[in-house]
Amino acid sequence: MKITQQDVEHVARLARLTLEPQELEMMTGQMDAILGYVDKLNELDTEGIEPTAHAVPMSNAFRADEKKSSIGIERALQNAPERDGSCYKVPKVIE
Amino acid sequence: MDSKYEVVIGLEVHVQLTTNTKIFCGCSKDFGQEPNSQTCPVCLGLPGALPVLNKQVVEYAIKTGLATNHSITPRSIFARKNYFYPDLPKGYQISQFELPICQHGWLDIETEESGKKRIGITRIHMEEDAGKLIHTDGNSSAVDLNRACTPLLEIVSEPDMRSAEEAIAYLKQLHQIVTYLGVCDGNMEEGSFRCDANVSIRPWGQEEFGTRAELKNLNSFRFIKQAIEYEVERQIDVIEDGGKVVQETRLFDPDSGVTRSMRGKEEAHDYRYFPDPDLVPLVVSEDWVERVRAELPELPAAKIRRYSEQLGLSEYDAGVISAERPTADYFDALVTLYPNAKICANWVMGEVSRALNENAIAIADCPVTPELLAGVLGRIEDNTISGKIAKTVFEEIWSSGGSKTADQVIEEKGLKQVSDTGAIEAILNEIIAANQGQFEELKGGKDKLMGFFVGQVMKASKGKANPAMVNELMQKKLAE
Repeated sequence: MKITQQDVEHVARLARLTLEPQELEMMTGQMDAILGYVDKLNELDTEGIEPTAHAVPMSNAFRADEKKSSIGIERALQNAPERDGSCYKVPKVIE
Repeated sequence: MDSKYEVVIGLEVHVQLTTNTKIFCGCSKDFGQEPNSQTCPVCLGLPGALPVLNKQVVEYAIKTGLATNHSITPRSIFARKNYFYPDLPKGYQISQFELPICQHGWLDIETEESGKKRIGITRIHMEEDAGKLIHTDGNSSAVDLNRACTPLLEIVSEPDMRSAEEAIAYLKQLHQIVTYLGVCDGNMEEGSFRCDANVSIRPWGQEEFGTRAELKNLNSFRFIKQAIEYEVERQIDVIEDGGKVVQETRLFDPDSGVTRSMRGKEEAHDYRYFPDPDLVPLVVSEDWVERVRAELPELPAAKIRRYSEQLGLSEYDAGVISAERPTADYFDALVTLYPNAKICANWVMGEVSRALNENAIAIADCPVTPELLAGVLGRIEDNTISGKIAKTVFEEIWSSGGSKTADQVIEEKGLKQVSDTGAIEAILNEIIAANQGQFEELKGGKDKLMGFFVGQVMKASKGKANPAMVNELMQKKLAE
């Protein structure tokens, strides 16, 4: 396992983060160490073992298709930095 | 279309489900409500809120999968699809990735161009819809999260279609099936049934697929056809000019009929799917699948077969009547009460459709119910009324809002057919007396005038004279 600076730049871009050159270097080292540690698991023989998506052996947690009241526009918007009528207001995203 | 190239089309359809509530929370999902009025911590993506799967969504997914010949995955899981966009509050969409609920389906389509053909369907998976971004003027956009977390099925076809015509045939059939099943209202304008088309071209005989463009914003069958046809021409031009088709998303503009590159969304997608730890695996037992299978309604293809093979309708009539489920339901109810399929079909496609169209009423709300119409048809059969008077009776029942039966209308309006020879003869004599000249001409061999006399008698009797009897009496008069 070897994390390169390009890998970190790519992940940072996907996460919309801008990293300074020294941060980039620091992150590359840290991520490499973390993933290297997790990589130890690859030493185990997992041949024939089904991939585990969940640690708890549980399945089928359902709810019935019944309406519950919503929280209301005012509460929904109370943490919004800006609003536009009953909508959230965000910076323009397209074209 | 340039015959040097073969067109390859794959379709991704998003079907919005007709559940009462969202996929992971109990909020309503009605269209056209005040922005953000149908939200809660789960669909707003607030920290700590946990999604719980709506069981009805699973039922609908299995139903749709079975109706389109899929196998149902015994154990499927939900995954997070990560990307940033303001209409996606959590920063990820809950979807299915490695183990979708339905796999390996197909539909048989038929087109004039290529006849019968089987189109493969790769998979159907469940996911949540995103919110809605409203682009206002200036430097901001407005976000409405009412639609966020609305249950969707994404139905992904194989790249099996070779023309816009085939693509439309596949989509129309899929649309018909989901509306028949009642899992989707099929409203394309409101976005309940949305389609993205992957289009590429390749020289005939080449195995390898060409580079594809993904077309979006196709919210009617007509636009889908236009967009595909435009895109094929565009790609041919690019290649003929020595260029290369780039893999990209293109937006269809219905006003100009062209597709345009969606720059800005070009950034290579890297969704980093991983199993959603908030949702436990979904296990669908064989019993569950079989129960849903047993509850499937008769689907359009089976209906057309039954109507033409067992009931003796023409393929055309069978197609018209089965096109939409409410019409087929009406017809099925009618034909059970009055088992002459041809007559029932004529009335459903004739008077009933006409009246519904004129009054802009859906057949499910038709005031003349199948029971009431069967009453009218029975009175034609036993000669109480003529086919022509039957239309009047139908109108009367209609305007009574379905509160009167055929027998009541016939009684009240005195519409009973006159089969009394004396009464008809009296009318006939008057008409002959008033039209002596024409009567002589008819006698002299001008057969065309027969219709005139019968018509006059029918008119004078307000349509109530038994036409067969009028004919018979006329013949007698001529022989005198």
